[in-house]
Amino acid sequence: MSARIALTLPEPERDHISGSADGLIRLLEYGDYECPFCGDAHVIVKEIQGRLGDDLLFAFRNFPLTNIHPHSEHAAETAEAAGEQGNFWGMHDLLFENQDALEDENLAAYAAELGLDQARLIGEVTSRVYAPRIREDFKSGVRGGVNGTPTFFINGERYDGTRDLEHLLNALTPQPSHQQ
Amino acid sequence: MSTTATNPQSYSNGHRSVLSPGTQAPDFTLPCTPDQSVSLSEFRGRPVVLAFYPADWSPVCSDQMALYNEMLDEFQEFEAELVGISVDGAWCHGAFAKQNKLHFPLLADFEPKGAVSRAYGVYDEKDGTCERALFVIDPAGTIHWSYVSPIGVNPGANGILSALEDLKTKNETTGATK
Repeated sequence: MSARIALTLPEPERDHISGSADGLIRLLEYGDYECPFCGDAHVIVKEIQGRLGDDLLFAFRNFPLTNIHPHSEHAAETAEAAGEQGNFWGMHDLLFENQDALEDENLAAYAAELGLDQARLIGEVTSRVYAPRIREDFKSGVRGGVNGTPTFFINGERYDGTRDLEHLLNALTPQPSHQQ
Repeated sequence: MSTTATNPQSYSNGHRSVLSPGTQAPDFTLPCTPDQSVSLSEFRGRPVVLAFYPADWSPVCSDQMALYNEMLDEFQEFEAELVGISVDGAWCHGAFAKQNKLHFPLLADFEPKGAVSRAYGVYDEKDGTCERALFVIDPAGTIHWSYVSPIGVNPGANGILSALEDLKTKNETTGATK
């Protein structure tokens, strides 16, 4: 087994990261592609990424609740498979933008849309190549205090506030406190 | 301490009466389906996770049970049995479990209402439900760990896993089981 992964901080060596690896603001999301709240949060995260630019390092880990979201596991595996072909974030976006179309044939179509090797992706998802990694994501989330999705960690601290743009931005870019 | 309770068996004073580690877990027999029952003593020899929760269908409970449902493999690694308990009836539990595809038993602390919750010190007289409380019981039937969460807060599973790990380490050290 590899060394234990950090539970609440992105690990650029391991995780899918977006933005600058030198970004001082580190945002980690545990999410589920079939979870509607994660779909809502996706839009917010996009906006935040646009505003914070290179100040932000964003990482995403899988936390699929496979019993209540029967498409979430294959969706997560598809994103991982796409990542192996160099386009995790392209697939990540497509999945969140099409949460009502996550059947296997949809997933295969997204692979084609992104110009990926579709046969390879289907083969890897079918043989569950990335299932252990997704499980590792899930377990790290449980141990880190993820109780549902989406859960955000800002610089290693779980964010329990409102998940709208204003509140998240405030939490990500705290104003220096005034001296009393 | 004021005594607002009218029944000497009732526990209305916060969490002070919650059974603590080292206490023998009170045995019980409760329905898990309309025509089947489960006794705690049936699980002797294995750790048991008792997850008391206020109500089927409420949002936080649904999240909490959905999370545990995804973790059955992890609990299995400790040979632990997970059971959920609330004051809802067996038919209600059945519909809730079906809707959420739950693969662990939900016990109905329904008649006499809340009797098991009271025995564990986690009955909320005001709301008429049990509290959101977790117990990890060791293979010999003694409470190893307990935790009461604020009612609206999903306690997650980290505490349970830590308790199960701790229990495993302890048993391996003492050779008390197996």
